[in-house]
Amino acid sequence: MARILPKKDVVIIGLGWTGAIMAHELTDEGLDVIAIERGPWRDAPTDFPPSQMQDELRYRVRHELFLRPDQLTFTFRNKMDQTALPIRSWGAFMPPNGVGGGGVHWNAEMWRFLPSDFVLKTHLTQRYGKAFLPEDMTIQDWGITYDELEPYYDRFEYLCGTSGTAGNLRGEIKEGGNPFEGPRSRDYPTKAQAQPFSQTLFGKAARDLGYKPFPQPSGNLSTAYTNPLGLRMGPCTYCGFCEWFGCSNYSKASPQTTILPVLVRKSNFTARDNSEVVKINTDRSGKRATGVTFIDTSGNEWEQPADLVILSAFSVFNAQLMLHSGIGQPYDPVSGKGTIGRNFTHQTISSVNGFFDSKKYNFNPFIASGSIGMCIDEFNGDNFDHGPHGFVGGGYVGQVQTGARPIESTLTPPGTPKWGTAWKNAVRDNYLSTVKPGTGVHGSFYAYRDIYLDLDPLYKDRLGRPLMRMTIDMKENEVKQNRFLTDKFAEVIQAMGANQIAKSYRTAPYDMTTYQTTHVNGGVIMGEDPTTSAVNRYLQSWDVPNLFVLGASAFPQNAGYNPTLTVGALAFWTADAIRNKYLKSPGSLVNA
Amino acid sequence: MEALADRIIPPDPQTPGGKDSGSAVFVDRQLAGAYGAQEGLYLRPPFLAGTKNQGHQSEAGPREEYQKGLAALDRACQAKYAGKHFADLSDGEKDDVLHGLESGAFKLDGTDGKAFFEQAIKDVQMGFFADPIYGGNRDMVAWKMIGYPGARYNYLDWVNRHNEKFPLPPVSMTGRAEWTPASTGGK
Repeated sequence: MARILPKKDVVIIGLGWTGAIMAHELTDEGLDVIAIERGPWRDAPTDFPPSQMQDELRYRVRHELFLRPDQLTFTFRNKMDQTALPIRSWGAFMPPNGVGGGGVHWNAEMWRFLPSDFVLKTHLTQRYGKAFLPEDMTIQDWGITYDELEPYYDRFEYLCGTSGTAGNLRGEIKEGGNPFEGPRSRDYPTKAQAQPFSQTLFGKAARDLGYKPFPQPSGNLSTAYTNPLGLRMGPCTYCGFCEWFGCSNYSKASPQTTILPVLVRKSNFTARDNSEVVKINTDRSGKRATGVTFIDTSGNEWEQPADLVILSAFSVFNAQLMLHSGIGQPYDPVSGKGTIGRNFTHQTISSVNGFFDSKKYNFNPFIASGSIGMCIDEFNGDNFDHGPHGFVGGGYVGQVQTGARPIESTLTPPGTPKWGTAWKNAVRDNYLSTVKPGTGVHGSFYAYRDIYLDLDPLYKDRLGRPLMRMTIDMKENEVKQNRFLTDKFAEVIQAMGANQIAKSYRTAPYDMTTYQTTHVNGGVIMGEDPTTSAVNRYLQSWDVPNLFVLGASAFPQNAGYNPTLTVGALAFWTADAIRNKYLKSPGSLVNA
Repeated sequence: MEALADRIIPPDPQTPGGKDSGSAVFVDRQLAGAYGAQEGLYLRPPFLAGTKNQGHQSEAGPREEYQKGLAALDRACQAKYAGKHFADLSDGEKDDVLHGLESGAFKLDGTDGKAFFEQAIKDVQMGFFADPIYGGNRDMVAWKMIGYPGARYNYLDWVNRHNEKFPLPPVSMTGRAEWTPASTGGK
């Protein structure tokens, strides 16, 4: 029997980026807020000391900062007629755990989505006609426009101190920035990061081919910065340990460096770590959340009553908690009815490695940051005419190499043996002169009728609850898109002067053992219609109006960019709606 | 394991091989620890056979797989090479066996020899490039070989110096031997 704690105004489930943003905003409003986090507390100076972070084995290979699958995992299959098997060890993506969430170990790539991304279905249907889209594609408009979200993009960029070069300042196209981006109301808070040799070479080759390259917008800062909360950040030292690692140099934007030091000093904020919320409780009508039930590390059950519930766990866990709580109608891929679990998506990525003459090129590839690099956006979204190509979607491509950590970055040219003297010599001769762009092709992943989340009928977690089942595959549209983008990318790498290139296309079937970013989205998507979306344009549950569901679970489909800036902007947008609309008149903010 | 490590990474005049650089020690320690026992992974039944893209689905962890694989390798070598263990074969014979495992032509009894060898390549090479605190990459020999400066965290002065060789030697998480004062004979 759960013990009942004193009631709070707000309970927040998960203290990552969105939970921290919401906690800060609602405590500013004077509300009494508690955040409940499944994983441990993490502080930058003590948990990510610069003398310990450069450990590729511990953090990258053995997943030190990530969720342990024995605590919670998923099952996976490609098609509806297969038996899903559990993901016993992480592969395709790596869910975060602990205070700061994915904001601890991300690369801090700070991309805005394109204006057309938010009205995707309308836009593509108008330009190409309905028949151009695959029959089983279930893309939707977001219910929000780029212009509405722009002020909140701006807020998150300034919170993080983002380093970049504007490409579109209030409608004016600026030299050196991304000419395809939506209009931004002001410049980036800090100038773009410096670019190492191979990244610079990519920019030059792309320009020579007629493209308009620009530096990737970065949450690893080019210079010292004081954010709007008064927190000071230091310049990035290009150590090349962002992705999978924490930054104690206060150079990488994270909840730890941009929000938490202020938040934890507020008397109306409380956090409980190592406590897993297992259910959002509702009253008898099922239309009102009364709080949450959580379990501590001793297995004790507690109930935390609250007037307002913010669900801000990692995307897939948001969908899972909705299903475990019986809120919203589970999605049924056969009838197409129901919303929870609908439009599950990932990211369509691939890369091209370039091998250069070691006598002429020394890239010092270990000098990097997680969001360094020069990119082009000519082939993203609908920036080009898809008519002749027979697919929709796209992505940015770029030399975005995040370091050269030696376990994963000792590549050899195609045709080299995998072991022995020839392998050893090739590793020695190529390490400093190889271009390894990581996720150099960063493509969209659109939604389909039979790619979805539901509860697994066979496998259970440590508490006896069904695991979440992922049914996901690579569809022909994404495979074609990736082939097109990868070929375009390879042309630039070749033009940089590579002796040899190694292309690896993304192909079907979807492979759970190969890392493809941790950008898994959807399942609790936003929209204009309660029959095809779980939350309204303010991320408010259509079914339970005092429940808001933040994060990439709201994406109706995924664009060809990293998701976090949009995730953070939506959290600010929702916080604004709660502060200025919901609290004045609690109830549904949109009449369906 | 040392014999295997020394064929995966053979010694050369400049850089020691898998054996002397400690890769076998690395693998041994990893197998004795969390990795060997699949600690932290999801190990609830049932263990069903799936497709390759559904990932590893065995209750047996790497520790058990290595024990089986190494024993099966020795049995297969003894059968083919007049009772000789793998470690006792000539380098040429060892390479023949490993090429056979790689192609699938040389079969092991009760173990998928190809998968076992692929895992061994991955783990031995991982030990070669991981920080020396894990037992491999002794004296940072692999990092010196490739030109990786190790656990440094500040390249601010170097990010704009393009196509120049970074001059400093590697450093591990525990520093470098040169940083430790020479022994004074216990006085």
